[in-house]
Amino acid sequence: MEPSVEVLKDLHHRMLRIRLFEEAAGKLFEGNKMPGFLHLYVGQEAVASGVCVAMRDDDQVSSTHRGHGHLVAKGGDLSKMMAELMGKADGYCNGKGGSMHICDLDLNMLGANGIVGGGAPIAVGAGFANKYRGNDTVSVAFFGDGSTNIGAFHEAINMAAALKLPVLFVCENNEYGEYTRRDKVMAINDVVDRAAGYGIPGVIVDGMDAIAVHEAALEGLARARRGEGPTFIEAKTYRYYNHHGVQTLGMKYRTDEEVDEWKKKDCIVAFEKRVTEAGLISAEELAAVRREVEIEVEAAVEFGENSPMPDVSTLLTDVYTEMA
Amino acid sequence: MSATTATEAATETGAEVRELTYLGAFNEAMFQLMREDEDIFVAGEDVGLQGGVFGSFKGLADEFGERRVVDTPIAEQAIVGLGIGAAVAGLRPVVDLMFMDFVMVAMDQIANQAAKLKYMFGGKAELPLTITTNGGAGLSAAAQNSQSLEAMLCHVPGLKVVMPSSPHDLKGLMVACVRDNNPTIIVKNKRMFGVSGPVPEELYEIPLGVGNVVRQGSDVTVVAYGRMVEESAKAAKRLSEEQGIECEIVDPRTVQPLDTDMIVASAKKTNRIVVVHEAVRFGGLGAEIAAQVQEEAFDYLDAPVGRIAAPFSPIPFSPGLEGHYVPNAKRISAGILETLGRPVPGA
Repeated sequence: MEPSVEVLKDLHHRMLRIRLFEEAAGKLFEGNKMPGFLHLYVGQEAVASGVCVAMRDDDQVSSTHRGHGHLVAKGGDLSKMMAELMGKADGYCNGKGGSMHICDLDLNMLGANGIVGGGAPIAVGAGFANKYRGNDTVSVAFFGDGSTNIGAFHEAINMAAALKLPVLFVCENNEYGEYTRRDKVMAINDVVDRAAGYGIPGVIVDGMDAIAVHEAALEGLARARRGEGPTFIEAKTYRYYNHHGVQTLGMKYRTDEEVDEWKKKDCIVAFEKRVTEAGLISAEELAAVRREVEIEVEAAVEFGENSPMPDVSTLLTDVYTEMA
Repeated sequence: MSATTATEAATETGAEVRELTYLGAFNEAMFQLMREDEDIFVAGEDVGLQGGVFGSFKGLADEFGERRVVDTPIAEQAIVGLGIGAAVAGLRPVVDLMFMDFVMVAMDQIANQAAKLKYMFGGKAELPLTITTNGGAGLSAAAQNSQSLEAMLCHVPGLKVVMPSSPHDLKGLMVACVRDNNPTIIVKNKRMFGVSGPVPEELYEIPLGVGNVVRQGSDVTVVAYGRMVEESAKAAKRLSEEQGIECEIVDPRTVQPLDTDMIVASAKKTNRIVVVHEAVRFGGLGAEIAAQVQEEAFDYLDAPVGRIAAPFSPIPFSPGLEGHYVPNAKRISAGILETLGRPVPGA
């Protein structure tokens, strides 16, 4: 079923916010204005957007090593995000987390993670809390193909299945775990094959198609809300930039041709073509949204640049919650 | 609050002193805490119908049901992760790792996730998570089911690490752990399960980070925690009776945060100090305490800080070997005499 125009606009808006935010972050990183590691989400926007549009605000997300997209898709404040990536005081984590720990608990986004596979057990815990409270909130664990090879992921998904917890597992299969092809480290072609081993339903979707992702997510979320337990979605997608940083081409671990092939399937280009050809959203309106997001991103960069470095007095704060 | 508070209070009011075992005190704390706060649940291997392999959680499932007493897969990372996620979502989880050795299996979730979330998130996360576990050697449980790994845990900023030495302390410290809004790890000692002592019936809390002077003395300070308090007390009694040496035993009760003030004050009073722990000597708490005491009380010391601990090997299985591995009253006495510069019998 084709989603409403309102949903389509929402999908487009979220994808664009991710894309333009990430491109701007990449530029700043290239210009040495961003310290540390940067794992860009560019290419995979349809996955986070498709899932998050299907979610309710009270549904939680645990994110990945490549987590900016999940926070943007959950409605993250681009200014606070940019400031955080720059290590500034006004960032989401007051400059203490950075790219790998960016979060907004008020948006129920429980954090990106510096440990591949580290987030899935946390999503399962949030799912447990939802079931415990008897509400129909669902937690979503985003994870990459690479994280399904780590023990914590297996433990978490098995526990969620065994306890029938309201958790949606969303695998972003971008075909690479860091700089190694997935098929070198996994003897199956589809990650979703693993779902059967946990006794939960699994589905493959085109991760470059936000509408398809949205539809699959709606089903998985509804199933969880009905108390029927977890669902595994494998979204086949691709990251344009390297595991870390902004380089795209000229790498040994993947060919430039492969990158170009995937870019032909770009989730935003394809989406815009589809909705304009169907007469659902006009090209003018899409362009206007893009301008609006460009302005938002520019303001975010400015906000980040103008934000001060954290005061040294905060170095030792928030290690513990002080108990009265 | 001291270990003798209950006895003293009862004596003052003339009431009968109620005694419980170490395990019974823990179990009672769980019942009372769970009755008090609906947000508390317990999850772990065999905690439900079996009540835990050692009986720590006995009867909880009968009263609170499977919703709040949750049998999990044998999956330590996911058990701790379950606690983290549930805590971030507002519950107050108690998750059990059957043996302290299994901390190593769950270390990513404990040290990289639970300990750091608050800080990494700029203070915005609260983690009222309690991890319960069972440590200590002396049961021929061999190298993977006997370790004392507190030094590894208290090296990680963000965690609180608790090593109760009596039934009274175990109950009060468990209550404090569960009510604390930080990730805490409370380590029961397996050889103390049957040890009895006075335990108040009401719910009471012993603040984390506040040590206890177990025995007053003037000749030497003995820092001990967990089961080593009992062994040190035996050694102190013998040294007092046989040689007139008066040991002051101080029990930090929590090793993170560590009550350095109490330890330093005692060292300044007695001028000699030994640290006793079950964990291996190299890189153990004794090294940290020795360093802190020399920083704070160097001029007061009449001898190097002594360390009585396990030798640097995995824990052996055979009683014939393990008996020589774990510090006991005899070895503690010898160590104290050495620090005092007195002849050690049989040495």
